Amino acid sequence: MDNDKKLYTLLIYTENMVGMLSQVTAVFTRRQVNIESINASASSIEGVHKYTITTWSDEEQVKTITKQIEKKVDVIKADYYTDDQIFIREDALFKLSTPVVMENPEISKIIRRADAQIIEVNPTFCTAVLSGVTKDIIALYTNLQERNCVLQYTRSGRIAITRNPVEEVNDLIAMRENNMKNQ
Amino acid sequence: MAREKITGAEALMRSLANEGVDTIFGYPGGAIMPVFDALYHYTRGDNKVFNHILVRHEQAAAHAAEGYSRVSGKVGVCIVTSGPGATNTVTGVADALTDSTPIVVIAGQVGISALGTDAFQEVDLACLAQPICKWSYQIRRPEDIAWAISRAFYIAKSGRPGPVVIDFPKNIQQALTEYEPQHIDFIRSYNAYPQPDEEKTRLAAELINKSKKPIALVGHGVEIGNAQEELKEFLEKADIPAARTLMGLSALPSDHPLNMGMLGMHGNYAPNIKEQECDLLIAIGMRFSDRVTSNVATYAKQAKIIHLDIDASEIDKNVKTDIAIVADCKESLPKITALVHKNSHKEWIDSFKPLYETERERVIEPAIHPKGKFLLMAEVVNAVAEATDDNTVMVNDVGQNQMFSCRYFKFAKPLSLVTSGGLGTMGFGLPAAIGATFGAPGRTVCMFTGDGGFQMNIQELGTIMEQQTPVKVILLNNNYLGNVRQWQDMFFGGRRSFTRMMNPQYELICKGYNIPYGLAVTHEELKGEIEKMLSTDGPYVLECAVLEEDNVMPMVPPGKPINEMILGKEDFKE
Repeated sequence: MDNDKKLYTLLIYTENMVGMLSQVTAVFTRRQVNIESINASASSIEGVHKYTITTWSDEEQVKTITKQIEKKVDVIKADYYTDDQIFIREDALFKLSTPVVMENPEISKIIRRADAQIIEVNPTFCTAVLSGVTKDIIALYTNLQERNCVLQYTRSGRIAITRNPVEEVNDLIAMRENNMKNQ
Repeated sequence: MAREKITGAEALMRSLANEGVDTIFGYPGGAIMPVFDALYHYTRGDNKVFNHILVRHEQAAAHAAEGYSRVSGKVGVCIVTSGPGATNTVTGVADALTDSTPIVVIAGQVGISALGTDAFQEVDLACLAQPICKWSYQIRRPEDIAWAISRAFYIAKSGRPGPVVIDFPKNIQQALTEYEPQHIDFIRSYNAYPQPDEEKTRLAAELINKSKKPIALVGHGVEIGNAQEELKEFLEKADIPAARTLMGLSALPSDHPLNMGMLGMHGNYAPNIKEQECDLLIAIGMRFSDRVTSNVATYAKQAKIIHLDIDASEIDKNVKTDIAIVADCKESLPKITALVHKNSHKEWIDSFKPLYETERERVIEPAIHPKGKFLLMAEVVNAVAEATDDNTVMVNDVGQNQMFSCRYFKFAKPLSLVTSGGLGTMGFGLPAAIGATFGAPGRTVCMFTGDGGFQMNIQELGTIMEQQTPVKVILLNNNYLGNVRQWQDMFFGGRRSFTRMMNPQYELICKGYNIPYGLAVTHEELKGEIEKMLSTDGPYVLECAVLEEDNVMPMVPPGKPINEMILGKEDFKE
């Protein structure tokens, strides 16, 4: 990893139209920039989808990518953030071997200390879930892996909200609709 | 009363008529047959609405739509079939995106139930075209046709214009629907006309007022924004010398006293040198293409930079700016003009002149009045420029013919140049010239091409024959892919790898298409042959047998700073 690269989070709001995901990712592909994680879902605004994408980049590049995404006709707004500007969460699911967990009491302690929750237990496996930031999730995974109890592991893409008290995209849409009416 | 139900194909016709379309470039095929059937009734008789031009290859339909658009300012339209018909337009779509040209491509598609089955002539066009167009869309319901077409035209022509691709499945063309005309002029996710920021406008004016050595860089955006008058008022009030990009050549008249020539790799000597001496660059509707900046790390480092552009993603993309005003330059220029002082930069402007004289002596004079035996491309272009009036449209292909015709043609009016600037599409010239004759009827259309590019869409002579399109083709034949040959000689040790071309007898080809043909070989013949071409009604091909190994000069060698522009091949040092 280049030293001048940082993990950036892009928050992108688009109209709910077919093919938007490929339009957004194509901007990364063109520059051969890897997407580290991606989450796409309906936003709090009706008919608007929100994409949360993380990528290792330098500021100049991430700025250009963000502008080129925002240029797409059906993209309402795109911004990039560093971790200190946003609240971040990821989810991880761990499927653990019940016999190994029963044998080694240390494992339960590790799960509790990490604030993970056991959501299912049966004689062959149990499932734990942890919601947190990347480094906590990876730390828990490493810890569990060292104790040979992990049968399956998966981590979600990042979701994030800004520290701004208002949903800026609402204001933007309202402003544009107002300008339109006043024309 | 129940509303009238019409087919999707008929709804498309009404939607196109509703957008004021008068000309369509197209080519029929299986998956677009219902549309062509509807078109049949719209293209004949007393109720004729559209002029449909049958091209000979779908790529040509897209380039013709571009040519039509570039001289008329209107949206160019083409209709083609699915699969290969659609993929053949892709080069034209990419060309239109790079050169901000509004065209709408409507392509047939297999029926919706066959999508994704690798059906005959099925290709995922909406996806394929997505990264090279402004908007691509597949119409999924007949009741969406009016909306989709209106949206397509609005997106194509508003803001920074560009191509839109509409994928139109055959069963939707045949389905019945009610039709209600649509007029879309607002999309909430799309800010077509951002307003100039007042504070930045004030700061820009302040920089301009302080500057002792400003240069304005004039791009295609001025022409797209129809801001030629606003540009002149700005330049004249602040007394700022201006240079034009290749795409912006007809945005400022060639003979304007503040015009200092063309920018870029094969532009004029003075503006390239002076960009590295100025204290302020004012970029107006241009995008700092690598052909303009050459080595961007060394480009105008001494200068402050103001960038006016309607496209926010152009700001700081290639060159970092001090002040950027994101708006149509028709809006931003008058606001700046109001704030700048009436000024004089006589000494600075005069300092361009010795450089121009150097270029004139070393390059221009020997090129337009050659002493050698053979005709030169510059000489031909200059002679055509002298023989044509101010109302002429100049179209060109790509390569040496493009550089020479852009350097030596004279522009008096806006919308007078049709060239493939950004994509550099060989084969663009002939179909684009056809389009230009329909977009600017009554204006003479002269098309300069080389023997390479001419043959890349030579089948369009068929369209010209059928339509009697008054395209004046000036074929600058040097039996080489001249631009690549020049680079091979200068930068690849003279290894002429596949740049020599065996050419057909163009006279016989013209004969086959029943197109008048002339040939100029000597200096003495040239003027008379040009007169013959211009006095012949309808199409004409004038072949000029030019010096085989001529080089376009001056030149900024690749990777060099622009002030290391050389005036002759012999000046080049590694």
